[in-house]
Amino acid sequence: MTVSLFIPCLTEHLYPESGLAMVRILKHLGYKIDYVDNQTCCGQPAFNSGYRREMIPVAERFIRLFQDKELIVAPSGSCVAMIRVFYDQLALDPSLMPGLKALKERLFELTEFLVKRNHHDKLQGCFPHRVTYHDSCHLSRELGVRQQPRQLIQSIKEIDFVEMTPPDLCCGFGGTFSYKFSDVSVEMVKRKCESIEATGAEYCIGADSSCLMNIEGYLRKHGMKAKTLHIAELLSRSLDLEKGAA
Amino acid sequence: MLKPRKTHHYIRQALKNDCLRAAVGKATDLAVRKRQDLVNETPYWEDLRHHVHHLKSKVLENPEQSLMTFEARCIANGINVHWAEDAAEARQIIVDLAAQKKVKKIVKSKSLTTEEIELNPALEKAGLETWETDLGEYIVQLEGKTPSHLTMPALHLSRYDIGRLFEKKLGIEYTDNPNELLQVARQRLREHFLSADMGISGVNFAAVEEGAFVVIENEANAHLSISIPKIHVAIMGLEKLIPSLSDLPYFLKVLAPSATGQKASSYVNIIGGPQQHLMEEGPEEVHLVILDNGRSNILADASLRETLFCIRCGACLNICPVFRQVGGHAYGWAYMGPIGATLIPLYNGLSEGRYAPFLSSLCGACFDNCPMRIQIPKHLLTLRNRIAESGKTMLIERVGMKIWSMLAVRPRLYRFITGLAAIVQQLIPFDKAFPAPGYVRHRALGRMDSKGFRSRFMDSEDRREGGR
Repeated sequence: MTVSLFIPCLTEHLYPESGLAMVRILKHLGYKIDYVDNQTCCGQPAFNSGYRREMIPVAERFIRLFQDKELIVAPSGSCVAMIRVFYDQLALDPSLMPGLKALKERLFELTEFLVKRNHHDKLQGCFPHRVTYHDSCHLSRELGVRQQPRQLIQSIKEIDFVEMTPPDLCCGFGGTFSYKFSDVSVEMVKRKCESIEATGAEYCIGADSSCLMNIEGYLRKHGMKAKTLHIAELLSRSLDLEKGAA
Repeated sequence: MLKPRKTHHYIRQALKNDCLRAAVGKATDLAVRKRQDLVNETPYWEDLRHHVHHLKSKVLENPEQSLMTFEARCIANGINVHWAEDAAEARQIIVDLAAQKKVKKIVKSKSLTTEEIELNPALEKAGLETWETDLGEYIVQLEGKTPSHLTMPALHLSRYDIGRLFEKKLGIEYTDNPNELLQVARQRLREHFLSADMGISGVNFAAVEEGAFVVIENEANAHLSISIPKIHVAIMGLEKLIPSLSDLPYFLKVLAPSATGQKASSYVNIIGGPQQHLMEEGPEEVHLVILDNGRSNILADASLRETLFCIRCGACLNICPVFRQVGGHAYGWAYMGPIGATLIPLYNGLSEGRYAPFLSSLCGACFDNCPMRIQIPKHLLTLRNRIAESGKTMLIERVGMKIWSMLAVRPRLYRFITGLAAIVQQLIPFDKAFPAPGYVRHRALGRMDSKGFRSRFMDSEDRREGGR
């Protein structure tokens, strides 16, 4: 089967490594990879800020690009939720509705996809470190994906998985919220980082680069010990797939 | 009065106040935990949520019809019904009524609607001695402030603050023993109950079928406010309707756990009219003020009408990570937290309420916790859209979004510009020049990758091996 990649903006521009890790995992599982060239953005930043008029052409373009694909996988709960949940709130070109419906049925967030297809048995690498997991808001609440990433993490050998409390408290990013109300956002990420530190984890695993960017930014600025790691990179590293890469 | 310009000021004040944040954190943590325990032991919780949503939707589907029936049944029960178009009219009705009946002293039980219409200042201006009788409200009244939480009005004060406040305002010796403070308040309030000429309360639910209204409480102060004075005045937003008293148990079942983490509220007062012949209890006159204040317009707005299903339980506040940092006063109005962020622009206008819907990270916890299944994040997004499209956002953002929109449908140009941005970021110390200084003050900035995923993927063996 062929998997088409939906690469979110942050993966494209800031964290290509997590996208490449996703590619390695999918290839390891025997999928052919298709990169939909000329993809740009799903429109979420503009949508969340209220600019629907500006983002509708971008959303419509996204549907046209992906509607015929067999399977689409993205390393982000937030961007998948944008399409699966929030596109319905837009006054889109009605002729695109069948395309959107088809797209929604074939679009998956990475961890959701891996567990749905029972791939976790083939992903039992080894990662002898203590890790914790951050539930990103859209992944856990909008898509209901909470168990899948945990299942994938716990399948890894020698991993020491510790839950932070509470794991599903928002990290405070919220897109433009993080600079519109930066003082509040900082207090929220501070609390998140303190709960990460309290677990003694070396790595905070997440499935959304946006949260990880926010968390990593705070951890690094404050010289805290933990590092962030996208779950695609965790799986790729634990399987030692880097060696085969270019 | 809502002062949108002060939003950031209020937030800074709140964030500086460690005591406040500790108190808010502790109280909301407890409420969240107790609620969750009760929800866990209620296997049909989700069904209940759907059911109460449905009931509210049904009764507000044709609000005029429901209100007409309700009014007729109330009148038949001997309740005097008054209609108030806006806050000013509601205040005037109550002040006039007090003057007409030669009222000197009023006792009030907790009512957010009276906060919304800013009733207390109007009563004081009219020379009416007015006492809040809910303990939290009493404390806030002594402090000269407004409530900071829907169900826990004095959440922003510690027992030490309250001790100092009572020492100063009530002339007692300082104590921070909660029980002693409670006894002082009890004693003072008892005197007021016995000497008041009028009692004012809010309304939690108004049953159309029976023409009766319901006031829920935990301290029995509402019961005393309603039953001792000769005249009772209740004020309700017109959305408080429920079909019938037989539906009340469903609402009670979701309200108490959501509000305070209790299985049931301590007192449920059902007022179905004035004192009857041969009965010695209850007010001789009952007046009900039904307030619109923008509600009809919201009900007519299909995409946002369910914001009026709110039963003011405060569950969305308790779970909200933003509210837990800033508390209630930061929102600057009677309704706060996630639901407040939707109601502020709806009641005060998009211009006055232009910041509130943005004071959210859109994490969605509020919807999960809302017993009425109000899709708060969705409504915040709708309101953000209306605010942006009415030109109430910053010019630089509007221009930026236009440019982004133009680029995002032109992939080659988009790649060129983002590639340029990556180079620029590597050349200049971007952390210092970043256009959003608030973001980088406490956070290191992520580095843009010089090549980006697309180029790296195109160059990698992954692509070649995988083939197409």
